[in-house]
Amino acid sequence: MLVYIVKRLLLLPLLLLVFSVIAFILIQAPPGDFVTSYVAELAASGSSMDRLQIDALRELYGLDRPGYVQYFKWLSRILQGDLGISLDFQKPISELIGQRLLLTVILGLSTFLFTFAVALPIGTISATRQYSFFDYFFTVFNYVGVATPTFMTALILMWLAFSKLGITITGLFSPEYADAAWSFGRVVDLGKHVWLPMVILGLDGTARLARILRANLLDELNKPYMEMARAKGMPEWRLIIKYPVRLAINPLVSSLGWYLPLIFSGSLIVATVLNLPTIGPLLLRSLISQDMFLAGSIVLSYFGLAVIGTLLSDVLLAWLDPRIRMEES
Amino acid sequence: MNTNAILSVRNLKTRFTMDEGTTKAVDGVSFDVAPGQVVGIVGESGCGKSVTIKSILRIVQKPGEVVGGEILFRPQRHGENGTDFVDLAKLDGRGKEMRTIRGNDIALIPQEPMAALSPVHTIGNQLVEAVQLHRKINKRQAEEIAIERMKEVGVPSPEERMSAYSWELSGGLRQRVMIAMALLCSPRLLIADEPTTAIDVTTQAQVLNLLRGLQKNHDMAIIFITHDLGVIAQVADDVVVMYLGRVMETGPVDDIFHNPLHPYTKALLGSIPSIHTTSREPLPTIEGSIPHPFNRPAGCPFFPRCAAYMPGKCDRQTPKLERIGEHQSVSCFLHHEVAEEI
Ligand SMILES: Nc1ncnc2c1ncn2[C@@H]1O[C@H](COP(=O)(O)OP(=O)(O)O)[C@@H](O)[C@H]1O
Ligand SMILES: [Mg+2]
Repeated sequence: MLVYIVKRLLLLPLLLLVFSVIAFILIQAPPGDFVTSYVAELAASGSSMDRLQIDALRELYGLDRPGYVQYFKWLSRILQGDLGISLDFQKPISELIGQRLLLTVILGLSTFLFTFAVALPIGTISATRQYSFFDYFFTVFNYVGVATPTFMTALILMWLAFSKLGITITGLFSPEYADAAWSFGRVVDLGKHVWLPMVILGLDGTARLARILRANLLDELNKPYMEMARAKGMPEWRLIIKYPVRLAINPLVSSLGWYLPLIFSGSLIVATVLNLPTIGPLLLRSLISQDMFLAGSIVLSYFGLAVIGTLLSDVLLAWLDPRIRMEES
Repeated sequence: MNTNAILSVRNLKTRFTMDEGTTKAVDGVSFDVAPGQVVGIVGESGCGKSVTIKSILRIVQKPGEVVGGEILFRPQRHGENGTDFVDLAKLDGRGKEMRTIRGNDIALIPQEPMAALSPVHTIGNQLVEAVQLHRKINKRQAEEIAIERMKEVGVPSPEERMSAYSWELSGGLRQRVMIAMALLCSPRLLIADEPTTAIDVTTQAQVLNLLRGLQKNHDMAIIFITHDLGVIAQVADDVVVMYLGRVMETGPVDDIFHNPLHPYTKALLGSIPSIHTTSREPLPTIEGSIPHPFNRPAGCPFFPRCAAYMPGKCDRQTPKLERIGEHQSVSCFLHHEVAEEI
């Protein structure tokens, strides 16, 4: 097990290196260098920068040197924890995305847990009571869940909440906590607000996972080990949870590798609609304003989250399935 | 009915009802099992052997259902004498009473030991669970029983096997683990469903010897299922010959082998390879093929393949299983005139 995890961890820096190249290419994509656009922007807003300052910036980012030098300069600064400065916000990027990254992870993980907690019983009952009313009901529910775009669900719920209950349900905090420092009260406030975006974001994944689980479970339910467990005198529900559900979960856990990054990044439109203080809306804004160092940093953090998600699913799978553990060591 | 039998199956009927049609997988099966006796059930693949024992254990799943007959069983805790039978056919298959009998009074050795064990739970976990379902003891004590049983069935270094997974064991070892699991709660009746088909011939012989020995030491009765009459000759006291969900003939092994009455039994015996046949001689096989379960013939199920088929008789009426002579029973109009009522 340990060997397995270490192997995975050793792969991590390599992956991030590859992703950093991609992120850097993205930063370089718009025509002209960013100091030029920065100067232009300053000029447009009526202020200016003196020659020396501009040259210092050019030197710092190696803008007169070849692309790979610029890349290594950028990378070495990132490794020192300096993500650069957002031109749009006039703030260090790490300051801008630090808090938002944390909230993105919190929202992503709660969405993920919600998805599993709901999909598991729905999938299990649908499979064990195949073709029952419950099964049909959730079949319809699942199709609707998959077919409705998530931002649409968000808009509908927002409208319902506003028109019927008279409350606005945007953001992750009440106004008094939005910009406050972390405190116990703020955590509680987050808890009060996180569930709605969590449900909205998780609906689609819940529907998909419940479908996958149902199909996997239908395969497992006819296996001879079920018969054996019954022949031992095990109560039906207990044996269903201990054996087939446990086995049907494995493919679900491996889906975590793509699902978790999807929750992290897929929330972009929903987060914008719901005005969530996550990194999604920030990426959108940075792309519109061509704030490329910010955009690159956000893309890089998405990559980082994706890699962690995959790692998590690998470790979880190895922990759940001894056959995988054995294969790898 | 044998008055001291621990199991008496009477006219058992189990059906699978599907959109495509109804399969009468077990269609009026009767036989008795006396204490300490080994009863072999033999028949070609698909004749309903497994469904018969699943019906006895009441683990037939939808769309299958036990629709008729009696499964009279005498559990341990109901005294040895008298008529205090429980009719398993009347119990709720998932109910508490049936679950207390399953794995406790009647244990199963399944057909494929590999598939019957969970690949993600250790052997120990699955053995301990089987004990704790029926005995109120702690994990440590349950583990001791599990190790003890594995030792008894000849699993080498059983302590280490407790933390092993099914796929780490050889086929023969897996089968021994399944036998150990079946013995955990000292059942009165052991049901072995083709326990030797998945393993090689040498191991097969060892497993058969082991079962025989265990049967004597534990004074258990065994129902032994196989499609191989040669195996029956080695282990069984009594034989039940099945064809298409019905019993064709039943009686002590010696009588059946030396004096087979039913044409189907004769045909089966004719198809056993003996040491005298040279490999060039083709094995005699039974003419024709087993009809599809949806198209069961009317009358005796065997008549389309029968050498002694009597037109107008065998295809009209179904012969009942009737006692002929002292120990043997047969359902064939060559030997009696009694037909099933329609
Ligand atoms: N789950 C099932 N669904 C439908 N039909 C079944 C099922 N299990 C068994 N049967 C029917 O019962 C018949 C007997 O099966 P089985 O008892 O498994 O045969 P065998 O004698 O080889 O053990 C089969 O031919 C099949 O038609
Ligand atoms: Mg079978």
